[in-house]
Amino acid sequence: MALLEVDGLKIYFHTRNGVVKAVDDVSFSVDAGETLAIVGESGSGKSVTCYSLLDLLPKPPAVIEAGTALFDGEDLFACDSVRMRQIRGNDIAVIFQDPMTSLNPFISIGEQLIEPLIYHPDKMRIKDRKTARKLAIELLDEVGIIEPEARFDCYPHEFSGGMRQRVMIAMALINKPRLLICDEPTTALDVTIQAQILELIKKLQKTRDVAVIFISHDLGVVAGIADKVMVMCDGTIREAGGTERIFYNSEDEYTKKLLAAIPEGAKLLPNRAEQDKPLVTVRNLKTYFEDYSKGSNGKQSIKAVDGVSLDLQRGEILGLVGESGSGKSTLGRSILQLAPTTSGSVTFDGTVLGDLKPKQLVPWRRRMQMIFQDPYASLNPRMTVYETLAEPLLYHGLADSNNIDQQVRQLMDDVGLAHSQMRKYPHEFSGGQRQRIAIGRAIATKPELIIADEPVSALDVTIQAQILDLILELVERHNLTMLFISHDLSVVRYISDRVMVMNKGLIVESGETEALWADPQQEYTQQLLKAIPLADPKRERLRIANG
Amino acid sequence: MLRFALNRLLQAIPVLLIVISATFLLVHSAPGGPFSADKAVPPEVIKALEAQYNLDQPLWQQYVSYLGDVLKGDFGPSFKYSGRTVNELIAAGLPATAELALYAMLVALVIGISAGVIAAMRPNSMQDYVPMSAAMLGICMPSFLLGPLLVLVFGIHLEWLPVSGWGDIPGDKIMPSITLGTGYAAYIARLSRGGMLEVLSQDYIRTARAKGLSERLIIFKHALRGGLIPVVAFLGPAFAGLLGGSFVVETIFQIPGLGRFYVQAAFNRDYTMILGMTIFFATLIILFNLLSDMLAIWLNPKLRQQQAGGNN
Amino acid sequence: MAIKELQSEEQGTSLWQDAWIKLCKNYLALFGLAVLGLLCVVSLLTPWIAPYGYEEQNLILGATSPSVEHWLGTDIFGRDMLTRIMYGGRVSLTVGFIATAVALLIGVVWGAVAGFVGGRTDAVMMRIVDIMYALPFMIFIVLLMVVFGRNILLLFLAIGAVEWLTMARIVRSQVMALRKQEFVEAAHSLGLSQWTIIRRHIIPNTLGPVIVYTTLTIPSVMLLEAFLSFLGLGIQPPQSSWGLLINYGVETMEEYPWLLIFPGIALSLTLFALNFLGDGLRDALDPRTSKD
Repeated sequence: MALLEVDGLKIYFHTRNGVVKAVDDVSFSVDAGETLAIVGESGSGKSVTCYSLLDLLPKPPAVIEAGTALFDGEDLFACDSVRMRQIRGNDIAVIFQDPMTSLNPFISIGEQLIEPLIYHPDKMRIKDRKTARKLAIELLDEVGIIEPEARFDCYPHEFSGGMRQRVMIAMALINKPRLLICDEPTTALDVTIQAQILELIKKLQKTRDVAVIFISHDLGVVAGIADKVMVMCDGTIREAGGTERIFYNSEDEYTKKLLAAIPEGAKLLPNRAEQDKPLVTVRNLKTYFEDYSKGSNGKQSIKAVDGVSLDLQRGEILGLVGESGSGKSTLGRSILQLAPTTSGSVTFDGTVLGDLKPKQLVPWRRRMQMIFQDPYASLNPRMTVYETLAEPLLYHGLADSNNIDQQVRQLMDDVGLAHSQMRKYPHEFSGGQRQRIAIGRAIATKPELIIADEPVSALDVTIQAQILDLILELVERHNLTMLFISHDLSVVRYISDRVMVMNKGLIVESGETEALWADPQQEYTQQLLKAIPLADPKRERLRIANG
Repeated sequence: MLRFALNRLLQAIPVLLIVISATFLLVHSAPGGPFSADKAVPPEVIKALEAQYNLDQPLWQQYVSYLGDVLKGDFGPSFKYSGRTVNELIAAGLPATAELALYAMLVALVIGISAGVIAAMRPNSMQDYVPMSAAMLGICMPSFLLGPLLVLVFGIHLEWLPVSGWGDIPGDKIMPSITLGTGYAAYIARLSRGGMLEVLSQDYIRTARAKGLSERLIIFKHALRGGLIPVVAFLGPAFAGLLGGSFVVETIFQIPGLGRFYVQAAFNRDYTMILGMTIFFATLIILFNLLSDMLAIWLNPKLRQQQAGGNN
Repeated sequence: MAIKELQSEEQGTSLWQDAWIKLCKNYLALFGLAVLGLLCVVSLLTPWIAPYGYEEQNLILGATSPSVEHWLGTDIFGRDMLTRIMYGGRVSLTVGFIATAVALLIGVVWGAVAGFVGGRTDAVMMRIVDIMYALPFMIFIVLLMVVFGRNILLLFLAIGAVEWLTMARIVRSQVMALRKQEFVEAAHSLGLSQWTIIRRHIIPNTLGPVIVYTTLTIPSVMLLEAFLSFLGLGIQPPQSSWGLLINYGVETMEEYPWLLIFPGIALSLTLFALNFLGDGLRDALDPRTSKD
């Protein structure tokens, strides 16, 4: 008999605007010691399905309409709250997505770790603090926390994201559960940290013989870790089966679409860079921020960009890769004079931008634009699409009241938005559509340079593929030069002619994309490239084995 | 923490100086001297009185000597109660006011926090609506209305509780404390509900649930600390408000406290009394603001360590 | 032709319309709005619709309980309570609105400047606000009233001067948050002038919280006025306000409780209405509760 057997699960959300079928007739099973991956985009119902098992859904609005979930033969949906408490943490444990917010900032991590032991719902299994502390320290050691004894009494803010996720894992395992639910456990982490955490989960699963349900939007992450894969979309199961079958012999259109959407391999379009005719030249650029945060000693400054030089050739797409905190976004903003530079120069088409006064800069601003990461924050919520797109046109005198309507329509065509949507507001659009509006605004002034700061990292993978193709198409059509900033190496490889790797405010390495991929010189680059998960189970296993 | 406290105390010195100077100037720029209200006083008597209170000296001299006295903790003699010093009057009024403020604060905290937490546990249910409607009632029923109404019902009509005094008859402290505390209880209920709702929607509460902790433990151990930070930050301003509220409550219930003295001094134009009490109140309020800030920092481990670390 | 095309476009719902729809579903807030509207109309028309003259005494009649001639009874001088409450309401509402306007003006300007200029200026400006927060303002107002007499203009200024602090904090934090928003950065990268950015991108997005806080400031100002008047330090006879009426009511509440109860109801009802409206507006304008 399977460890967990979910049958005919239906979960509806009863909201003001009607009933949403979050999960609609979902059945699956997990055997002891097995890893099931549930893959889907946002809104697919993958997390809702798993949260319902432990009664973690907000009720209302969520209602479990039908279905059973037999855990070891016992229906989880029929449990009363006392029984459910016994199951939580003891039989089934969860690791959540964001380690920054999932630990209580007011309580030391040691105390949080031992809570399941000292407040155990089963009186017979309650441990005294001393024993619990000893167990917790052993476990911290096992998940790779250095000096666990000393770190026991530290608070979450004293740990990095990756370390916090290790603590989360320890916390989930402390009562030796038989099923571990991992809800996008690496999505909020940098790629090198992601590789470490995945490895840790895999190792622990083996040594402790625990079954795992691994929820992810990323097929690449899943390939190396799952025994079985289940693909969900809009609350229903699209396809389920062995990992290799799903990856190599998918029968479902949606699964195929998901697989196809993963950016893989090199840029297909030719490199249009005109050699030795740089549009932008950056020389020894430094951007320091003063650290105003409380507790810092005032004069300390953060060296976000610490002496960067680069040439951006006309017609080139230059990829800028780095992990969080590498200074890549600041570099982009400094080039556009949106962040104050400390020293060094940025030359745009022969003019040193730093010498210009804000008023003099206006005509140059028309020629260089930016696309931002978060499509929810990058549009003024109180302006319609029309107003958003018309603003740059009118402000720079590129259109007048006679032809503005027509020009806005033209822009909407360019980015693939229907004209009928012109009078709508940002909150009425999906994330992908919003990013199209933001792109429309950026190309409205017919700029020569566009700096795209993580333009697809907030989007689902299928939408991401569409937006990437849109960007490539627009670069071709409008003869744009682009600096493409991203943490996602596969995306950068897919889109860029040349790549620069940034770490701690410095350029570590740069070169033609394929050449760099084939033969990275610096150790940091090698580590980065090695950490990329591959959406191919066989190669991925090989990669991990070699890692 | 100690550094922070010292730092804030040092900052409080110029603030207090400004308060003293502003109050002094304000009082001395008042049209008509302190004795002009009494009609039948012959000019030579006024002269003698002015000399007695140093009012014949130039303003700056008065200021300097007053400042010197204040620094020594001496607020000088009262204008109206001849033979008594402001210090004596403050000392006489302080116990009743302090006790009243303490009880009112207790009423406010106990009722306010429990109502807020209960409401936040089941938002948009009866368990939420009932205490929150009561809180709204408390906010819209100011003390100068609630006090007389309580007196009318429980004092005069039902004759359950005495209608005035402080510590004379058993039970005479109940109505003043409730009158003064109710408004703040209502406000604290709303603050703690808001704070708790915010915290209860955090990811780490879901983590605690997933660990199998009981609801009680989640509320009291995981949520309360973060949820009550807005309440703690409000304690300083609430204390200032309680002092102001004591003006009304002590007047209604005829309690011989600082608030009543202050209002009387205001009517009598007892300048030294007003001056002294304003400075005294300001010092107290600044002190309580400091305490409530320190408590808020102490509750947050991140801020606590930053304050403690200082140089790291 | 253009018109025809426009008609085929779907009309979007702006956040303002969205908020209005949400407000219309909140009956308590609508009730508040209605009470507020009614009060404003009655106050404006008081001299024409009040059943008796403001100074009209009837010493022979004295204090009577509510009757057909005097709906809310009369006070010890035989003056009609309904008339007195109507006139008192005029004063209370005027104080509420004007002092709030003073607070709004100072608070918005102060907060916006601090938020925009940032850096050292911001630090100094907000430190001043912090310091003023720590001051015993209630006591200062009492002092002002004592020293300069019970001047209604001074009262507006004094109350306004207390209430602007919170407004300044709210506006500043809004501006600071907005300045970091990507759409404001986008506006900068488009080369839009500071003023255009403020006008088109900042102001419309700070308006919500400002409206909410303004609505909630009016009742707290009215409460402060009533408080001072009750102590005899606010509005001075022959003018009247609800606080003063409550004060008189307390003196005679044993014999004539309606003299306390009716002005009390008037004040509480108004405070209720404004607070409900403020809460409703907060819920309606909160972007977090807007539909996704």
